[in-house]
Amino acid sequence: MSLHVDVGAPRRGSHSKPRPAAGRGPGPADRRPRGRFSRFDLKYSPYFYIAPFFLLFAVFGAYPLGYTLWVSLHDWDLLGDEQAFVGLANYRALMADSDFWNSVVNTLGIFVISTVPQLLLALWLANLLNRQLRARTLFRMGVLIPNITSTAAVAIVFSQLFSREFGLINWTLDLVGVDAIDWKANRLASWVAISTMVDWRWTGYNALIFLAAMQAIPRDLYESAAIDGARPIRQFWSITVPLLKPTIIFAVIISTIGGLQLFTEPRLFNSGPNPIRGGPLRESQTMTMYMFENAFAPNYNFGYGSAVAWMLFALIVVIALVNVVIIRRLGNSARGGQ
Amino acid sequence: MRFSLRFSGRRRLAAAAAAATGVLLAATGCGGDDGAGDGTITLTVDVFGQFGYEELYKEYMATNPHIKIVERGTGGNLDEYSPKLTQWLAAGKGAGDVVAIEEGLMVEYKANPKNFVNLLDHGAGELEGNFLPWKWNQGLADNGKHLIGLGTDVGGMAMCYRSDLFAKAGLPTDREEVGKLWPTWQDYIKVGERFTAADTGAAFLDAATNTFNTIVLQEAGKSTGYHYYDTGDNLVVESNPAVRRAWDVTVDIIDSGLSGKYGAWSEEWVAAFKQAKFATIACPAWMTGVIEGNAGADAKGKWDIAAVPGGGGNWGGSHLAVPTQSRHQAEAIALAKFLTSPQGHVGAFQAKGPLPSSPQALDDPAVAQSTNGYFSDAPVGLIFGGGAKSLKPVYMGPKNQAVRTEVENAIRTVELGQRSPAEGWKDAVDNSKKAAAK
Repeated sequence: MSLHVDVGAPRRGSHSKPRPAAGRGPGPADRRPRGRFSRFDLKYSPYFYIAPFFLLFAVFGAYPLGYTLWVSLHDWDLLGDEQAFVGLANYRALMADSDFWNSVVNTLGIFVISTVPQLLLALWLANLLNRQLRARTLFRMGVLIPNITSTAAVAIVFSQLFSREFGLINWTLDLVGVDAIDWKANRLASWVAISTMVDWRWTGYNALIFLAAMQAIPRDLYESAAIDGARPIRQFWSITVPLLKPTIIFAVIISTIGGLQLFTEPRLFNSGPNPIRGGPLRESQTMTMYMFENAFAPNYNFGYGSAVAWMLFALIVVIALVNVVIIRRLGNSARGGQ
Repeated sequence: MRFSLRFSGRRRLAAAAAAATGVLLAATGCGGDDGAGDGTITLTVDVFGQFGYEELYKEYMATNPHIKIVERGTGGNLDEYSPKLTQWLAAGKGAGDVVAIEEGLMVEYKANPKNFVNLLDHGAGELEGNFLPWKWNQGLADNGKHLIGLGTDVGGMAMCYRSDLFAKAGLPTDREEVGKLWPTWQDYIKVGERFTAADTGAAFLDAATNTFNTIVLQEAGKSTGYHYYDTGDNLVVESNPAVRRAWDVTVDIIDSGLSGKYGAWSEEWVAAFKQAKFATIACPAWMTGVIEGNAGADAKGKWDIAAVPGGGGNWGGSHLAVPTQSRHQAEAIALAKFLTSPQGHVGAFQAKGPLPSSPQALDDPAVAQSTNGYFSDAPVGLIFGGGAKSLKPVYMGPKNQAVRTEVENAIRTVELGQRSPAEGWKDAVDNSKKAAAK
């Protein structure tokens, strides 16, 4: 049994530092840069090519980020005249704010019960799509359809489905003798309802990413595994998953960022007076909703809202790192099992 | 291939530089957009809900051919409108030339009157007689030296009910008799119990928060003249007997099981209108337009309007203001004056039902004798307009909207059975303190 699982994952050593000549590709070896301008071109053109992204990032990414930090150190009333510098007072108040911690718990709760099943489901779906199917392209494109529908439309339809009195879900539950659930005023129920929306939308998207990575796995690995007597389940866990590790890490990080910034779904799931609260007892208020509630209506406290934004940023970094570490471990142990 | 498709070095560098600057220009670029060149001025009016100005715009544009009016935000709700307006003011850009301001939010905008043109500097002072005195005063900031807004409507109160459901429950359906059934809120509860016993499949009222709002404004009007904040801007939710009385009556209504628990303004609330799931709703004048929109044409003639339990009161009403960021201030001020003239009040009332804040308009036969076909030809002018001139205003403090949200939410948790009335009251007091401190 000699399965070289390293085949797919490029090793660090294989990337040698690119030297100027290497960039010219397999052209004639004797073509050398001529003149000062060509050398200049060779050296600096790449920077111009990637410059648009970084310029845009500086204007629309880095600057707002820094400005938000600056605002978060002030008592900044959106309508007020003067904005007093208060240092870390907003952050101190935030640490003692039970509504803030409530929103953190909600965000993490919704994140866990949406992302974990979502990625597992996507992995399974990708594995199915990776087989010989009739009308394969149709099915592969089909899983992406939920993703191209507008989030707002999805949220509105789902919030109707999960309506207490007029909703299809409660009606169905009633048929099988289960009492109506008040999806919007029950904490766990509201988390489940919102997670359903997220999963519906993003499972297919992740499945396609996994599928693309799966197709890069050499077929002969599976063939030799089959000859060695490994069943499909075993092949999946011992070949597919370990080789997919970089892709899984990518998907987990993207899902972490998206999941912790969840706004549209819970905001539209809640309607009525001041829906930004996410239910009468803030059952499904996420951190972005809490940020909005403070920065805009009804509090108009821009400094406090900015402090929430920075806490969210910090949390995303922490969770993303934790996730990467966990996934690495899992991958290693799976590989170690070989 | 003979001709290399690759750019030569020089051209490649130029292309990269052009791409980079092009993107940057596109990202940051902006240009002037002033004037169509033919002297026409476009005025933007920002509103929420239904102000009923369409015909007035046409009239104004006919007499002022150089003005073009564009209205934004019709039908939208206040929760979405007010953050947008605040952002526009804070950014110094984006607001319309004339903007509507709801009375509950007026207090927050008064804190920084510089955002708005002082209408007193533009001859608005002589218009004072066109408005109910308290409505006029609500628009004044900076100790009466700065007039931010001219009054539009006021929220005279009534009780809207479905006469078909009342008939089904064996209750009187005539609006006079219905009004006599409930001089007080305790009587209203008794009627509700009779209604519930008849088991029509509908609840007696839509949501306890709507009822609470009505009662707290009545109680405040009758006694202190303020509810959540006293006139010195101290938060008095806990100590003001008017708030506590309204709370207790609302808890009685909840305890009697009369509420359908359809959170006001939610999608379920709208669906409950369509399916005739409740029989009564406390309705300020502007609510009639909302009911008609939600219940739809099928329910025409099934709704009627009776007197509200507990006497008169005021809920809601707006002003029109001109932000200083407007580039056509003079024209905008003229338009705001026109829309809030007695004639403008009458026109808006006829179109969508908001009750005038102008005594001349209230006396106008077009208002006083008007009926509403949707509500079984109820004499709306008489019902809403009758008490409007004697209305006592309720003072609203700096964080009125945020505090009101907290108290309403506490009511809602009690209504849904998530909190006991005692816990709910504690939440209302604690959370409103917290909201006021933010």
